Amino acid sequence: MRGDRLTDKIDWVVIGLYALMVFLGWTSIYAAIYSEENASELISLSHNSGKQLLWIVTSLLIIIGVMSLDYKIYSSFSYIIYGISILLLIIVLGVGTVVAGSKSWIAIGGFRLQPSEFAKFATALALANYLSDINIKMSNLKTQLIGTGIITLPMLLIIIQGDTGSAMVFASFFIVMFREGMPPIYFIVGFGLIFLFIITLVVSKTIIFVVSGVVILIIIGVSVKHPKRIIITLLVGLIIVGTVTSVDFVLNKVLKDHQRNRVISLVNPDIDPLGVGWNVTQSKIAIGSGGFWGKGYLQGTQTKFDFVPEQSTDFIFCTMGEEHGWVGSLVLITLFVTLLIRISWLAERQKSRFARIYGYGALSVIFFHFAVNIAMTIGLFPVIGIPLPFFSYGGSSLWSFTILLFILIKLDSERMNVLMR
Amino acid sequence: MNEDRRYIIRGIILLIGIIFLVKLFSIQVIDDKYKAAAQNNIIHKVIDYPFRGLIFDRNKKLLVHNDPIYDLMVIPKEAKLNDTLAFCELLDIDLEEFTGRMKKARRYSYIKPSVFEKQISNKQFAEIQDKLIHFKGFYPEARTVRGYDFSSLANVLGYIGEINSRQLSRDTTNYYKSGDYLGITGLESSYEQFLRGKRGIKYKMVNARGIDKGSFNNGEQDTLSIPGENLTLSIDIELQRYAERLLDGKVGSIVAIEPSSGEVLTFVSGPSYKPSLLAGKKFGKNYSMLTKDSLKPLFNRPLMAMYPPGSIFKTLQALIALQEGVITAKEKIYCDGTLIGDHAPPGYYDVHKGIMLSSNNYFHKVFRRVIERDPTKSPFVQGPEGLTHWRSMVNKFGLGQPLGVDLPNERSGLVPGVELYNRIYGKGRWKYSNISSMSIGQGEMLMNPIQMTNLAVIMANKGYYYRPHLVKSIGETGFILPEYQEKISCGIDAIHFPPVIEGMKDALGGTAPRAIIRDIEICGKTGTAQNPHGEDHSVFMAFAPKDNPKIAISVFVENAGWGGRAAACTASLIIEQYLRGEITRPWLEDYVLEGYFGD
Repeated sequence: MRGDRLTDKIDWVVIGLYALMVFLGWTSIYAAIYSEENASELISLSHNSGKQLLWIVTSLLIIIGVMSLDYKIYSSFSYIIYGISILLLIIVLGVGTVVAGSKSWIAIGGFRLQPSEFAKFATALALANYLSDINIKMSNLKTQLIGTGIITLPMLLIIIQGDTGSAMVFASFFIVMFREGMPPIYFIVGFGLIFLFIITLVVSKTIIFVVSGVVILIIIGVSVKHPKRIIITLLVGLIIVGTVTSVDFVLNKVLKDHQRNRVISLVNPDIDPLGVGWNVTQSKIAIGSGGFWGKGYLQGTQTKFDFVPEQSTDFIFCTMGEEHGWVGSLVLITLFVTLLIRISWLAERQKSRFARIYGYGALSVIFFHFAVNIAMTIGLFPVIGIPLPFFSYGGSSLWSFTILLFILIKLDSERMNVLMR
Repeated sequence: MNEDRRYIIRGIILLIGIIFLVKLFSIQVIDDKYKAAAQNNIIHKVIDYPFRGLIFDRNKKLLVHNDPIYDLMVIPKEAKLNDTLAFCELLDIDLEEFTGRMKKARRYSYIKPSVFEKQISNKQFAEIQDKLIHFKGFYPEARTVRGYDFSSLANVLGYIGEINSRQLSRDTTNYYKSGDYLGITGLESSYEQFLRGKRGIKYKMVNARGIDKGSFNNGEQDTLSIPGENLTLSIDIELQRYAERLLDGKVGSIVAIEPSSGEVLTFVSGPSYKPSLLAGKKFGKNYSMLTKDSLKPLFNRPLMAMYPPGSIFKTLQALIALQEGVITAKEKIYCDGTLIGDHAPPGYYDVHKGIMLSSNNYFHKVFRRVIERDPTKSPFVQGPEGLTHWRSMVNKFGLGQPLGVDLPNERSGLVPGVELYNRIYGKGRWKYSNISSMSIGQGEMLMNPIQMTNLAVIMANKGYYYRPHLVKSIGETGFILPEYQEKISCGIDAIHFPPVIEGMKDALGGTAPRAIIRDIEICGKTGTAQNPHGEDHSVFMAFAPKDNPKIAISVFVENAGWGGRAAACTASLIIEQYLRGEITRPWLEDYVLEGYFGD
């Protein structure tokens, strides 16, 4: 039997991965703004690399805090934490500072806080608490609706702030619902619609109508004896027609100008490589110029010379890709995939449903950030400004990911105690 | 059942990771275009334009130098004007012009600089320099333009212009780039490869805002520009200016050559233009003005104009007859005015007297002897045979072909051959009488002025010449192109020259008394080239002094009548100026400057 000490019970693999990622992140931030003239002052607080050191040190304090609280607090206070974060999201609508077009920051002294970051783990806690109730059945429509409500409330508030990118993160919580038994039909329909939307942007509408028309006719033809199947097929056809014809409406009326441009430039980046497509073009150039081994640490030119925008926050991966090449990309992606699968493994070994569901919540948020951030830097997804977990510069984001991850580690370390309850 | 969904989730995570790695492998390792684009992004090639070689005269007087000018460059990405109108006013352009130029620049590159306004003069730049700093994205780049210390020699020096697409495609060495300047005509063109120097290139790294971030690879690939070689001309600028003054207001040419070297001392094409007209920003306007001028100032007459030589050709005819042995120097032939019109009185003529009095009938008879060599054959056979042989001898004087002067666009003149007459009269249907006017330098025969001077050189040297050239030496080392050191024989033995030269010496008294200078023995030959379109052309060819000649010269004045007047007097003044350094006959100078050569 292992000892009762905390150090014996926590998962050092995740902690090791976390430490490695934070360290690599800091070296990349340093590299992104490094130049020979300012090499010595990069530790000072006037530069991002210096400030990030401060965020890392404060993150250590947060870790100590998270780990020393009673693990039961997280489940019993989850709705309170969720409530506070919703309150903060409402407050920010009133007193928030506008940064880069979205009103999502609260300025306290010289620092700025982003409540939407903290809403992520708060929502994960609330969702876990709700779904862990013994009487909950995921196949129940009421459960599905309440679960969706918990997710969409902060999402809507953040959309109102104007930060669509962060809002989209909350959609990832459907992974949690999926794991807990939400019927797959929702996901099939959801992904189907997204797929149809993208296809409509690439291919002409006539082709889609003709192809889907032919397929529907064939299905109707072979299922003459099953009228129910025919009705479903016709319904699907109706949905296809509706989706496809609504694409223009969504593009022109629902999305804002810059969002529409990002979507269009993803499908056709050459339309305006120096205007709308500038970020993605330059980001791909930076990563692509890294080659197999990279240009060497601090030798990158594209990131340092400001061709890549936001090179220490949302586009931090460019620095890795340029200076460490494909090998660097391999290391980074392996780190994330290993971390995510390890989290899934940790979640699955929980005895308490709360801890397991929370684990998948953390997994969802980190996975979504990772996938979307990398995809946008290499031109596989429209540019939405969300950071790369543990790597990107920024206090709020590092703190929130740290809290998100270490609550899971805390819960995991107490998994044996659950049995004794 | 829901537990199994963990595998779907893990599978998706793994799948996304693999998709990323494959995509990254393709853009990082397989596709090269991103590496090239990255280099393109940061490396800013700064061309270090060399100074073009300077041009001096034979006495080391500076003729051509480089003046600073500025090109206004623009980086479209940076160009954000708050007050476009003020900017247009500064450069004196309208809004439409401005938008057009910006569009052109943007088409070339969004982040790289391109020329917005070319060749802003030093003076104008000083005026706008202060205000220019308020316009972001625009900056000046220093270039040079040719500056001229003397308003002379325009057709010799030539001019510089921007390279055109045809020249670019012909440049097999890939030295030139679009927008480069190169010599278009004159020495600027023929010595382009010496004058241009070597371009240097500095590879600089710039950031996204075009701000200099130091040299690329520690400047290992950088090259410094090497200034072009200086040229020392054989031209004596003082003599040149004097000759230009004498020809002022007239149409014609003056070419003087140092016989012992083939160095051209004076090369005048009249009328000419100020060389500074074709340097700098006003090039286009001035160029079209010059091409529209009815007197054709851009036409380089000494090389491009072709005239019937007139009587000066008699000297060559005498030499060929002597060399061929069809006459002897002392043989006296009776001539009266029966064959051809003549100013010379009837009587017995030998070579000396024939040249001295410029007897048309004498040379008519001599040339017949050269052409008709075999009395057993029909004159219609003798004619073509004789002409073919005679022509080959004339060609050795550098006639009927370019002499190889170090200037572009040299014309060859014309020595008619059998084919020409066959075309005119039909094969076998012409004989000596059809071509006899060539005996006195009329008819189909054509020479350009530099060939006339070269004929004087051959007389002075008694049988040889060096290709006339205007560049005495190239660069620090004083290098001379080998083709201008080669002594070329005209195929006539030296012993045949004295009677001709004596005749030329005494000719002045007979045909050009005004040209005589006391104490300087000038050997000359006048000519009056018949001009069917108007007044005859005045021609004179000479060398001086008779012993140890220092200068050979030809003067051609269009529509000025007798050779003994306009041309001979002009030549006489130039010879005196060159040999003595002063003019002792101001009345003659006034006569020439006044330009009225009638009776």
